[in-house]
Amino acid sequence: MFVELKEISKRFGNFEATKKVSFSLEKGTLAALLGPSGSGKTTILRMIAGLETPDSGDIFLDGQSITRLEPSRRGIGFVFQNYALFRYMTVFENIAFGLKTQKTPRAKIKEKINELLSLIGLEDLAGRYPAQLSGGQKQRVAFARALAPNPRILLLDEPFAAIDAKVRRELRTWLRRMISLLKITSIFVTHDQSEAIEVADRIIVTNSGRVEQTGAPVELYRTPATPFVAQFIGESTVIRDYGRLVGFENAPRESECAVRPEFIRLYAQGEPIQLENTVQDGQIESLAFRGDVLQVTVSVRGFSLATGYSLERPPLAVGQTVKVMIYRVYAFKEGKAELVGNRLLANGGGGYNFQI
Amino acid sequence: MPPSQTVKIGAESRRQENPFIKNALIVISLLFTLLMLVMPLLVVVTQAFGAGWANFARAVTDTFTVKALQLTLLTTVIAVAANTLFGLTAAWCLTRYRYRGQSLLITMIDLPFAVSPIIAGLIFILTYGRLGWTHSFLEAHNLKIVFAAPGIVMATIFVTIPFVAREIIPVLTARGTDEEQAAVLMGAGFFRTFFYVTLPHIRWALVYSVILCTARAMGEFGAVSVVSGHLRGKTNTLPLHIEILYNEHHYREAFAVSAILVITSIVILTARSVVERIAKKEVNQSVR
Repeated sequence: MFVELKEISKRFGNFEATKKVSFSLEKGTLAALLGPSGSGKTTILRMIAGLETPDSGDIFLDGQSITRLEPSRRGIGFVFQNYALFRYMTVFENIAFGLKTQKTPRAKIKEKINELLSLIGLEDLAGRYPAQLSGGQKQRVAFARALAPNPRILLLDEPFAAIDAKVRRELRTWLRRMISLLKITSIFVTHDQSEAIEVADRIIVTNSGRVEQTGAPVELYRTPATPFVAQFIGESTVIRDYGRLVGFENAPRESECAVRPEFIRLYAQGEPIQLENTVQDGQIESLAFRGDVLQVTVSVRGFSLATGYSLERPPLAVGQTVKVMIYRVYAFKEGKAELVGNRLLANGGGGYNFQI
Repeated sequence: MPPSQTVKIGAESRRQENPFIKNALIVISLLFTLLMLVMPLLVVVTQAFGAGWANFARAVTDTFTVKALQLTLLTTVIAVAANTLFGLTAAWCLTRYRYRGQSLLITMIDLPFAVSPIIAGLIFILTYGRLGWTHSFLEAHNLKIVFAAPGIVMATIFVTIPFVAREIIPVLTARGTDEEQAAVLMGAGFFRTFFYVTLPHIRWALVYSVILCTARAMGEFGAVSVVSGHLRGKTNTLPLHIEILYNEHHYREAFAVSAILVITSIVILTARSVVERIAKKEVNQSVR
């Protein structure tokens, strides 16, 4: 394993920022540290960089323990949330800084910077100061500056947080492409699940200082290990006492589960239903137009569930009664999440097998 | 804000202004400045040159005056250098590290502003004078602090401690530590980080505070008066020399020597406003 964290704990006064965090990544992976704010993800990133010191545990980089190594000697490229570009230096000088500290010969520096500038597509802006750049341009410069000294690993703290939504999407794709091109092991912090799912090869989900689950985006989505992951990834609704739903009568009393939008099928009035015994009545609570689909909230046996509805199908109206079938749910049991199918369906509702 | 709105707000506040109050306030502040600041300074300068250039030159080139000027300059250079170093160190410690006693340090830095200069002088007499616990040690090693140049320098340093630190701390706090951390992660050591990343940011605040510190150090009277011992040609600084001349009824000479200090102050103030203007321009540029 190229990067390995072993039982890393860190306290700030009375606040436990991380509690025995362990995970490992292979060389060349682009990983996301995903979690709500205060879940310890940035602290983990800063400890790998050496900007914070763990109270206990060990961090390995390429087989070498770096836990006690000075930050300046770890060989880390770091992109700060607000980029932290040197504001009294030009774009060129910013990128040159790391090379100069390495005592790279002048001609070599020039060559390397021109290479990086053309990589980030900002050849014409070498003489500009950070204040004269847009958010997206600043981010590209910060990226090039972090890469210039040939770091062993690239760390990015909320790389897209300070950029407006329109440019963000474009930059995500750009960053993904750059990192695959350079094959550098990278970890970025984010609180946005769609960002993590779209960009990362592997996601490390953190919650209140712990790692909940580590895996490929598909794995996390399809087989969430804990109730937290089931709720956090995908737009799930969490309900209690779901034994009231048709097909789930075997559920223990008072038990909880998460229902994904795609686990629910609505039948508008007059639409044919294959298995009459698997459906129950529901009332449409709200409808919202989302462009490609209608975002629907439907009240079923006292639960308010969110789902999508194709615009190609018969129209719905608020207050209308519909038939609702639930294919499957993520049942929560003793801190674990597991997929439970509708017992009345032929394959037990377990047909949730997609491949990428 | 749309332009129409800006105009409206401007017109409104102009309408609210009472011309009588406005003029009265302007007259009061101008009169006050004239009476309290400008006139006395003019008097000093006219008195200094009142008996002609020759008299002025004679007073200024008097041996004791030259010696006093030399001591003042020496004291100022040492005090400003010491306080610049200390101010930078303290500001760095207070904004870049977390440790116990931080709030104590910040309170102590402000102390010289609150304490009367005579106390500042007395504490040095009590510590290093004949009654002080260090006296026997100093005596044994033939070191003289009180009633000698070292005491004057120390008293001046004490009085001017807050200037640099106080000016740098808010600037360092406002800028955060990200850029420095970025530099360190790229392999830069402490000095490289300081000179290339931190210093460009604080340079104008530093120049500004050094100017103010210089002005204060040159003019310090109270604390220095206590530790000096008033030995003519030995432990007299310019302000002390002026007092002696005045007490001995050499009014012309007193005013002539005063003029040196007044002119220096004016030069320093001009330098200050130039620095302020440059710094402001630079800030606007980096915000844009």
